[in-house]
Amino acid sequence: MTELILEAEGLTKRFGGFTALKDVSVGFERNCLTAIIGPNGAGKSTFFNVISGAFPPTSGRMRFEGRDITGLKQHEFARMGIAKSFQITNIFPHLSALENVRVAVQAMHSRFDLWRPRENLTGLIDQAHALLALVGLGGHGPRLARDMAHGEQRALEIAMALACEPRLLLLDEPTAGMSPEETKGMMELIQRLAGERTVVLVEHKMKLVMGICQRLIVLHHGELLAQGTPDDIRANDEVRRVYLGQGK
Amino acid sequence: MSETTTVPVTPHGPAHTPAHAKGRHRFYDAIARHRALVTIGFLFVFPWLMPYEALAINILIFGLYALGFNLLFGYTGLLSFGHAAFLGSGAYGAGVAIVSFGVPFLPAILIGVLLATVIAAIMGFLAIRTRGIYFAMVTLALSQCVYYAFYQAVDLTGGENGLRGVNIATLTLFGWELNFLDPMTKYYVIFAFVAVAVWLFSRLLASPFGAALEAIRENENRARACGYDVAATKLAAFVLSGAFCGLAGALRAVHLSIVPIETLHYLTSGQVVMMSLLGGMGTFFGPFVGAAMFLLFEDMLTLLTVHWQLYLGAIFIIFVLFFPRGIWGTLLQWVRRP
Repeated sequence: MTELILEAEGLTKRFGGFTALKDVSVGFERNCLTAIIGPNGAGKSTFFNVISGAFPPTSGRMRFEGRDITGLKQHEFARMGIAKSFQITNIFPHLSALENVRVAVQAMHSRFDLWRPRENLTGLIDQAHALLALVGLGGHGPRLARDMAHGEQRALEIAMALACEPRLLLLDEPTAGMSPEETKGMMELIQRLAGERTVVLVEHKMKLVMGICQRLIVLHHGELLAQGTPDDIRANDEVRRVYLGQGK
Repeated sequence: MSETTTVPVTPHGPAHTPAHAKGRHRFYDAIARHRALVTIGFLFVFPWLMPYEALAINILIFGLYALGFNLLFGYTGLLSFGHAAFLGSGAYGAGVAIVSFGVPFLPAILIGVLLATVIAAIMGFLAIRTRGIYFAMVTLALSQCVYYAFYQAVDLTGGENGLRGVNIATLTLFGWELNFLDPMTKYYVIFAFVAVAVWLFSRLLASPFGAALEAIRENENRARACGYDVAATKLAAFVLSGAFCGLAGALRAVHLSIVPIETLHYLTSGQVVMMSLLGGMGTFFGPFVGAAMFLLFEDMLTLLTVHWQLYLGAIFIIFVLFFPRGIWGTLLQWVRRP
C-alpha cells in the first residue's frame, strides 16, 4: 500500500442536534486523484470543510503527513501545504487576475511587512504569471477578476490555491455551474495537476469522475458507504442501490 | 483551457485606447504613483486657498483623522463607529502630558499617539472577531466606555469642562525658535507631522501588508484559505488606524489649546464616517477632500443659519445617493474613463 498523505479517523460533525458526519475514517494516498461522491445531503461538503480546515470536527482526528492537524486554523492549513477551492467561486473581484494570484503567492512569503514596496518582492510576479499560464489563463493577467467568465474565474481560483505550492489540493465541486465545454477543460486541468500532487475533489456528478480518478469515496447520510477503485465502486451493490439507482 | 480564449476580452488594454487618452492616462498614472508627494504638495499650498488659517489647520487635522479611519474602512472593509476614542485619547494623552506633567511638545505628541495605540489595541482585541453591524456596535460601545473613563477622571481631564490650558506659545524644534501663536507657523508645524504621516500611510498601502488588507477587504474567506491570518491582520490594521487618528487628536489638542470632552463623543465617530463617505472611501486623497467639504460646508452654513446641521445632512444624503464613490472617488472614475 502506498503512503497516506491525509488520514481521517472517526470524523464526526454535529450542527446542533443534526449529525452531518458520522464516524468517517478514510485515508488518502499520496499523488492519487481521489473523488468524494454521494447524493445530495450525503455530507460531502461537511466532510470537505472539515478536512480542508474550514471548521474543526466535533470529534475524531486528522493527520497530514503524519502530523496531527486536528483543530488547526484555516490559514495554518494553507501554510502546511493544504490548499482548497470553494464550491462557490471565491476570488478577489476588484483586483486584476495577476494581483489575485500574486497576493496568494505573497501569503507564503510576506504577511506583515509594512515597509517595503510590494513590487520589491521579486519573484512573486513571475511565479504568479507562471501559475496563470499553468491553468490556461496566460495573458489574462491585467483583466479585472470580476470581468472574467465563470469558467475563467474557477481556473483563477485554482491558480490561487496552487500558489501555496500545496502537496494536497482539495477542490469542492470544481465544475459547479460550468457549461459542458468549460467542464471538459476543467477536467483536463485537474488531471494535469493530479500528475504532480495529491488531488481530492468533491463531485456530485458521478459520471464525470469515474473516468479520471484512481480512488473513490462514497458518502451516504453522513457515513462512509464504500471506498475503492472506480471498478470496485461500480461493482458495489450498495452504492448502486443508493446512487446509481437514481439514474445518474 | 483553450475554449475560454473564445470569450471576447473587454477592451482594457491600451491597444484599444486612442492616442490622446493614452497620454492622459500616463499622466494620471504618474500622479497615482507619486500620490503621497502630490498630496503633501497640495497641503503645502493649502492655507493660501482657505479663507483663514484656523480652518486650514482644522481641515488638515480632520483630514489626517479621516485618513487613519480610511485604513480600516476603505482599505480593510471594516466600519468602526468608535474612532472618536482614538482622536480623543490622542488629544487627552498629549494634553494631560503638557498640562499636568509639563512634558515638552514632541514627547507630548508621542504620548498622545502611544495612548491612542494602546487603547486601539485593547478595543481591537475585543472587537475584531465580530463582523458587520456587530463590529460597528461593539466599537461604538467600547468608545463610549473610553468617553466615560475620561469624563470621570476629572482631576486629570477636567471632566465635563474639557481639558484647558494646553498652551504652547513657543517651540524650539531642532534649534529653531518658532512662534506657535502665529497661525501660519502653527499650520506648517502641524503640516510637518501630517506630511510624515501621509508618506508613511502611502508606504503602508504599497507594502505587502497593504496587499493583504486589500485581499481581506475583497474576500475574507479566500484570504484565509490563501494562508493569511485574517484576525491578526485586521487587528494590526485597527491598531495602525488608531495610531494615525491618535496623532490627529494630539495635534488637535495643541492647535485648540483645549480638549473638549466632545472629542470623545460618538458624534465625532459619526463625523469621520461622513467625511470618508463624502470624500470617497478607499481613495488616498478622499479623506482630505471629505474633511475639507464637511468643514467648509459647516463653516459657511453656520454663518447663514442656526439649523446648519439640517442642511449639511441634506447635502450628505444627496452625495451618498448620487455619488456613492464620494467626491474624489467620482472624480477619479471620471478621469480614468477609457
